[in-house]
Amino acid sequence: MKNRIIALGATLGVAASLFAATLSVAQDTGTETSAPLKPAAEFQSITDAKQRSWALFEEAGKVIQHPRCVNCHPATDRPLQTMAMHKHQPPVTRGDGGMGMPGMTCNTCHGQANVEVIGQAETLKSIPGHPSWHLAPIEMAWEGKSLGDICRQIKDPERNGGKTLAEITEHMAHDSLVGWGWQPGAGREPVPGSQAVFGELIAAWVESGAACE
Amino acid sequence: MVTFTLNGKERSFDGDPDTPLLWVIRDFEKLTGTKYGCGVAQCGACTVHLDGMTRRSCITPISTVDGSEVITIEGIEGPEAKAVQAAWVAIDVPQCGYCQSGQIMSAVALLQVTPKPSDADIDGAMAGNLCRCATYHRIRQAIHNAADAMEG
Repeated sequence: MKNRIIALGATLGVAASLFAATLSVAQDTGTETSAPLKPAAEFQSITDAKQRSWALFEEAGKVIQHPRCVNCHPATDRPLQTMAMHKHQPPVTRGDGGMGMPGMTCNTCHGQANVEVIGQAETLKSIPGHPSWHLAPIEMAWEGKSLGDICRQIKDPERNGGKTLAEITEHMAHDSLVGWGWQPGAGREPVPGSQAVFGELIAAWVESGAACE
Repeated sequence: MVTFTLNGKERSFDGDPDTPLLWVIRDFEKLTGTKYGCGVAQCGACTVHLDGMTRRSCITPISTVDGSEVITIEGIEGPEAKAVQAAWVAIDVPQCGYCQSGQIMSAVALLQVTPKPSDADIDGAMAGNLCRCATYHRIRQAIHNAADAMEG
């Protein structure tokens, strides 16, 4: 198949070159390896519960504030892309339910799973996908916020989809769209650690009082 | 073996399951109205309707199409398609024409869900379809004209 794609690409080289300026916009150029994430057990030595709780959330914040997560928690109606967090290209907007605009919903491009592309530049290796691909609601926007503000936001039922802290823990630990952050496809840096370690950090944060400072 | 309908006819494909739908449409089914532009869902030239919604066929593995209904520019029909075709002809929307099958597939999809779109609706639905001839103003006008024509 690779040969076929390259051959057709060469045949249509003129057409392809018309769009070449857009081809480097959707992909990271850095590592595809996760940064480390400390497990909750490493925070047991902090005896003050509030300090331990906030330290646990700060560690979880390495995931929460990673571009892979914030890119789909934008402060505007435009999702973001790449580790540089530039505005999404093509210039798509939120639409109803964060699913994109009528006539060009997210699933116009984002399928059920990540799709590797072949015969393209080194800077573009895959198109991300997931069955539930959509933006977080605007009240859950994280872009531009401090970790403390995000922490308070996550605890606020008015801004967290009406979830209890137990439901937040379950969401962070097991939701598969959250889990996409660790499996973002070729050419993208995953969020730190693993979803299991992240879920344990959130659970320990809740158990220790869910401090936000 | 992947089985799907293409413009209303049952089709099957037993090649590499990662083969993009666009290659199946063009190379195996010989329907060349759907175009290859960028190959990475950045330009919209390869747009088809998959189960009634727009889909960039260049990044759609054929394995994900099993059991689905695919409509291409050759098979699109209905009042929205007729209105769009007439509107496109009436004001000579295309220039070189390379992007136009993708533009039309997106325009028809928009009108199917938003019969009387605003400029913002049109921008929202069409922003992923590039046109190097910059026929954007005529595309927008033709969509408005098609909507007016359907309204009677």
